[in-house]
Amino acid sequence: MSRIELKHIDKFYGSNHVLRDINLTIEDGDFMTLLGPSGCGKTTTLRVVSGLEKPQNGTMTIDGVEMINADDAYYAEPSKRGLNLVFQSYALWPHMTVYDNIAFGLKIQKMSKAEIDRRVMDSLRMMRIDMYKDRYPTELSGGQQQRVAIARAVASSPKLLLLDEPLSNLDAKLRIDMRAELQRLHKELGTTIIYVTHDQTEALTMSTKIALFKAGELNQVATPTELYNNPIDLEAADFIGNPRINLLDGKAEVINGQLVVKSDLGGHTFPAEHLTSEEFPKSGEFDCVLAIRPEQIAISTQPVEGAIPVTIYANQPAGSETITTLKAGTDEFLAKDIGQIRYDLDQKVWAIIDQDKINIYNKETTRLIKRAV
Amino acid sequence: MSKNGLPRKPLTKRRLKNLILNVLKNPFNMVVLVSLIILFCLIIIPLLTMISSTFTLAQGELRRVQGHVGDFTLYYWKYILASTMSGAVLWGPLKNSFICGFFTVLVSVPLGSVLAWLMIRTDIPGKKILGLLVTVPYMIPSWTKALAWLAMFRNSTSGANGFLAGMGIPIPDWLAYGPIAIVLCMSMHYYAFSYIMVSGALRSINSELEEMGEIQGASKAQILRHITLPLILPSVLSATVMTISKSIGTYGVPANLGNRIGYYTLATKMRNFIDQGPQAVGYAMSIVLVLLAAVIIFSNQRIVGVRKSYATVSGKGGRATLMPLGKAKKPLMAFLMVFLFLAMVVPFFVLIMETFQITTGAGYGLDNLTLYNWIGKSGQIAKYTNYEGIFRNPKFFSAFWNTIRLTLIGSIITAICGQFLGYISSRGRGKWYGDLTEQMVFVPYLMSGIAFSTMYFSMFSRPHFGGLMPSLYGTFTLIVLTSVVKHFPFASKSGTANMLSISVELEEAADIAGASFWKRMSSIIVPLAKNGFISGFMLTFISIAKELDLVIIMMTPSTQTMSYLAFTYSQEGYNQMSDAVSVCVLVFILVCYTVANRFGADLNKSM
Repeated sequence: MSRIELKHIDKFYGSNHVLRDINLTIEDGDFMTLLGPSGCGKTTTLRVVSGLEKPQNGTMTIDGVEMINADDAYYAEPSKRGLNLVFQSYALWPHMTVYDNIAFGLKIQKMSKAEIDRRVMDSLRMMRIDMYKDRYPTELSGGQQQRVAIARAVASSPKLLLLDEPLSNLDAKLRIDMRAELQRLHKELGTTIIYVTHDQTEALTMSTKIALFKAGELNQVATPTELYNNPIDLEAADFIGNPRINLLDGKAEVINGQLVVKSDLGGHTFPAEHLTSEEFPKSGEFDCVLAIRPEQIAISTQPVEGAIPVTIYANQPAGSETITTLKAGTDEFLAKDIGQIRYDLDQKVWAIIDQDKINIYNKETTRLIKRAV
Repeated sequence: MSKNGLPRKPLTKRRLKNLILNVLKNPFNMVVLVSLIILFCLIIIPLLTMISSTFTLAQGELRRVQGHVGDFTLYYWKYILASTMSGAVLWGPLKNSFICGFFTVLVSVPLGSVLAWLMIRTDIPGKKILGLLVTVPYMIPSWTKALAWLAMFRNSTSGANGFLAGMGIPIPDWLAYGPIAIVLCMSMHYYAFSYIMVSGALRSINSELEEMGEIQGASKAQILRHITLPLILPSVLSATVMTISKSIGTYGVPANLGNRIGYYTLATKMRNFIDQGPQAVGYAMSIVLVLLAAVIIFSNQRIVGVRKSYATVSGKGGRATLMPLGKAKKPLMAFLMVFLFLAMVVPFFVLIMETFQITTGAGYGLDNLTLYNWIGKSGQIAKYTNYEGIFRNPKFFSAFWNTIRLTLIGSIITAICGQFLGYISSRGRGKWYGDLTEQMVFVPYLMSGIAFSTMYFSMFSRPHFGGLMPSLYGTFTLIVLTSVVKHFPFASKSGTANMLSISVELEEAADIAGASFWKRMSSIIVPLAKNGFISGFMLTFISIAKELDLVIIMMTPSTQTMSYLAFTYSQEGYNQMSDAVSVCVLVFILVCYTVANRFGADLNKSM
């Protein structure tokens, strides 16, 4: 268990500036996910924390102990940081059995034979792979190798567990199983976890907090709920959520402290307390973008007070959910219903939108100016 | 801090202390540093020493040149480049080298390419056995081919008749010795380059590319002309360049076939100067050889470059559909058979038979057969020799022991160094020390065996740096050292490939687990590198066992190897003895190859 504090971390590869002034605090016991598209610096951040990369700027402390101080060119060795890492490729040593893979680090710490045996078997049992202890990694399936890699990482009881896209090499079904497994692991060990992924579902389902990266910078750090409900800018809004969020152009103006928005969906007025401190013109009309999650749009076949008349453009019932494309004026947007619901194409229906759930973005700065509540 | 550039930090005391500690605490840095220093001493300094000795006046020239020993002089360069002698010393041999190289390419590249195409892309029968036979010539050292040629074509010019002359067929000198003999012998050796490279390229071409052409309506000839040929062209060019640079630097073949009639190439002429002085002239010629090789190889990289090397780069081949040869199958098969028969079976049959003959070229009648050359006692046959049969000759056993000793020690050291260098270049990819290592290691590749050993000869014939680098002249150590460093390029290439196959993450995982550098080496890298190490070792072993060019200059009576013994016997006219020794070398090498194949070593990588 530990608290990690990264301050002003900069990392260059040659003249390539891959991490830009990263400031991140990870509280004790957090399941922190570093999320972002590939090449955004999330794995580099993880490697900086682990000690495999040396940043050129910044400091890092774990539980108040200085681990990195770039000004003094001080970098604690990876093994002195009390952490362990699960690699994307698992990095299991192919010439050692499962047992030896896990025992290797413990032997280096000069633990007694009995203690090593106890720890290895405990972690194997926890990952439910104790029957494979004498096999070699190549004799295991991908999912089993994954479990060995995790067992190896937790056997040394690290205060901090780092996971680098651990599920990306697994098939879809195994991934769901392992997500549950990792959630249990976090609960049982109580360890602080830093988890790198580009998969938003993994991030949203397991984390207690998500750090969203954008081109080497931290874009937003928030709980999964907050990140999903109020993405800080258009890029974040577009990245999070499946099916993707509906973005519609509109015009906004501040009138009497309230935000009045006009679009193909009609007019909306938002109270001042829902507005953020981001910058937007306080007088005069300006371009804005409305963002609505597909599940916030309900469809009624009967006219409803305040609903918007639309036509059905496409209808995709897929078992547990139905995605429907609606058309209002020139704008198309998606609606999501639970269960199987069928509409005729070009049928006239009414879309019911809870205006409290709408996010408004300033088109010029792309930042969030009205929160969903 | 600037927005784009690296931050500049004030150098505080603590920062300095940590910076130094960071370097010192990581043994990898020390390993790199030591390796770079050693490479510098073994490659760069000898090169500089050799260059400087061509500008330094030596004892032998004092009567011709004014000055003192050690003075700067342009005498040697003037001597080979612009004196009345330069025609005979440099330009003549250089012309001969080029002629031999050119015609060797002309014969061997088409031959190897066609063979490769037949073997990879057509349905010619008996591929397994043919494929093995076609690569056998490369396993055999080129100088034994020259001996086999002599056994066939020798005439009275050099004393004893060969097989054909003995049958009463008059063999003119121009056929028995000189350029034609040299070109044919080298072609029989170097066609394997083209064969191996082109077959690699052909294998990597997805036959879907050709099938697409077929769907578009192209005929077989059009497909070959417009799709297949352009794709393998880079490999053909590379093979051409390798063949020409290798054949220009070859010593054994032109020495055996040319010296007797005064036909010299640059390589053979150079050795004369090293032996008889002035040595600096020999060094200067060796520099010419190195420059030639460098120009050829770099121009190849320029022309072929990365852009056009698609066929060799993309290793992944798809399904290969074979081209039916139809009616041409039988004639082509016959052609292959005749070729292999003439190129391999006949010469070696004659070579082996000659070891049993009393008089060469006098037929295989019982009255002319003897075991004398193998196990005879001196005086048994008074006719021509005062040597005992090779199995009674202590010289042979000493040479045998030297060969084993040299190959074993040399290849073990080379393979270990290769893995180490490979580790540094693979982990240092794109970093200055990795690139520097790779470049330094590449230098011996530019030099033919004879040029390289000349360099070492000049370096170690006297002590340097006040005895810090001792004189190794005439020692076995020098021969081992020369063999080791000359094989660095190949060994480190195989080491790099080996190390690249070991993911860095495996090491990082151990690093995080708390394993020190040496612990990581011993428990992760070494066990995983074992197989690659063994195959690298076997290939180096064979390559050193074959070697004649590289060690010939260094030989003293106590350090002779079998290759050298065969060569001296041949030069002295003891043809049967020479043949017997080379048969022993052949058996030794073939045994090694069989063992190497057991260990899964790939012959094709031994170039």
